[in-house]
Amino acid sequence: MLRYLSRRMIVLGLSLLAASALIFSVTELVPGDPASFMLGTGAQPETLAALRQQMGLDRPLPLRYAAWAGAILQGDFGTSFTYRTPVGAMIAQRLQVSLPLALMALALAVAVALPVGLYGAARRGRAGGGLAMGATQLGIALPNFWFAMLLVLVFAVRLRWLPAGGFPGWSDPGAALKSLILPVVALALPQAAILARVLRSALVETQAQDYIRTARAKGLTSGQTLRRHALRNALIPVLTILGMQFSFLLAGAIIIENVFSLPGLGRMIFQAITQRDLIVVQSAVLVLVAAVNAVTFLVDLAYGAVDPRLRRA
Amino acid sequence: MRMALTLGGALAGLALAAAVLSAVWTPYDAGQMAIADKLRPPSAAHWFGTDHFGRDILSMAMLGAQTSMAVALVAVVIGMGLGVPLGLLAAARRGTWVDEIVMRGNDLVFAFPSLVIAILITAVRGPSALNAMIAIGIFNIPVFARVTRGAALPVWVLDYIRAARVSGKGAGLISLQHVLPNIAGLLIVQATIQFSLGILAEAGLSYVGLGAQPPTPSWGRMLAEAQTMVTLAPHVAVIPGLCILLTVLGLNLLGDGLRDALDPRLRVPR
Repeated sequence: MLRYLSRRMIVLGLSLLAASALIFSVTELVPGDPASFMLGTGAQPETLAALRQQMGLDRPLPLRYAAWAGAILQGDFGTSFTYRTPVGAMIAQRLQVSLPLALMALALAVAVALPVGLYGAARRGRAGGGLAMGATQLGIALPNFWFAMLLVLVFAVRLRWLPAGGFPGWSDPGAALKSLILPVVALALPQAAILARVLRSALVETQAQDYIRTARAKGLTSGQTLRRHALRNALIPVLTILGMQFSFLLAGAIIIENVFSLPGLGRMIFQAITQRDLIVVQSAVLVLVAAVNAVTFLVDLAYGAVDPRLRRA
Repeated sequence: MRMALTLGGALAGLALAAAVLSAVWTPYDAGQMAIADKLRPPSAAHWFGTDHFGRDILSMAMLGAQTSMAVALVAVVIGMGLGVPLGLLAAARRGTWVDEIVMRGNDLVFAFPSLVIAILITAVRGPSALNAMIAIGIFNIPVFARVTRGAALPVWVLDYIRAARVSGKGAGLISLQHVLPNIAGLLIVQATIQFSLGILAEAGLSYVGLGAQPPTPSWGRMLAEAQTMVTLAPHVAVIPGLCILLTVLGLNLLGDGLRDALDPRLRVPR
């Protein structure tokens, strides 16, 4: 286990190193010089040169990469060209929206997918099961930003129950939660559909196993075997998908953040690119990739918790 | 099962027919504005109604189908063109450093959220339908590489592969002549899935302004333009959304049906 862990940690470190180099070189290709972007078109060449030097843009690429990566290792994500504030603080502030959004969407997706998947597996081959799976097909095909628009139309414009967009901040937790309800639903339902399908097919596969037949022979009902025996064994593929979904929800919420004008991490990256605020783009994308890698790592560890056979491997 | 194939084929076929037909004919000129006729609900003259510039929504939706399908198709071709050879190579050289490099490279690209890849690419090259194709295509590469490698590995241990090796065939030739035909069914199914994901991704990118640019009609941009109009004339937002939903649903059903038809071993128990 310890050898496995240390090997995984090394792989994690190497992939972050490779990712950081890739992010840095790609963002360097973005046309437009941040210094001239900051000063505008009428800037004097001397002022431009001075600012480029101050920002370190006149140094060669490998040196700039080394300086950026070295600073990040010490917890310094740089200073935004546009806002002149530390990027680390900006990311932390945006995570206050993105992280709760992703976690609540994931929780809702699980809460919906679990009963639907269980029902679909229990009612396999019958009308109810077919209906549940038909609904998940619709859910998977649903573009989440369109669904978000429809939700706004019904719950914000017509019924006026919830705000159509914006985020008031966590100083008023009630209002903050209220403004996140529609985005969470828009993000969660398509994900719940994917999760329910994966859960159902995993459950159906485990139901063909001998121990399920034994449990049935002992007198458990099919619902009991499903919940007590099959569910736990079907969790491995579900965990894999959950890990991928969390990464998607953290970063892929850009479009939903746009629909609801939420100040999240995705929207910050989006705006920073249009403003040529490269340091913000580089650091924020790296944080996202690190989060994806960390989640994959945690999911691998969770496999062992769910399935004791995998601990020995 | 048959129903999935039929319904999926019908929905996807309808979208494809609209896309192909739009190349030669649309009911109206999709760019023609008629402010006097703006935001008209569906009628006999305009089956899908008109938008805020009085443009015919049916004509725009047909051209939008063309944009969506072209972007998704090229993205699948990019993904398959690079991903399948990489996956075959990794499977043929399994356990070696070649396999390791290909798979770790895959993991690296996979760790980048697809939207972030797309945003970075459009930032470098500017927003356009072509760049949306490249962005979605790059995301498709590791998917095809993984699926190809995973499917090819069990084929490599079969007896007829050993026979081919004994007869002196090299790894490249075996991959092409024996492994690829055996996994083609799975790749076709994956291609339909990536095609439908490509349509969703194109719509999303166009919605935030990173995909097809005006005057090229696209379902995603129609939705973005409809956003402020949705309270006045819901059909402006409902119709492009339904186009995306039904096309993607059709392709997914088609993928499921094809999987069952092409390879009974892959059939999901019902």
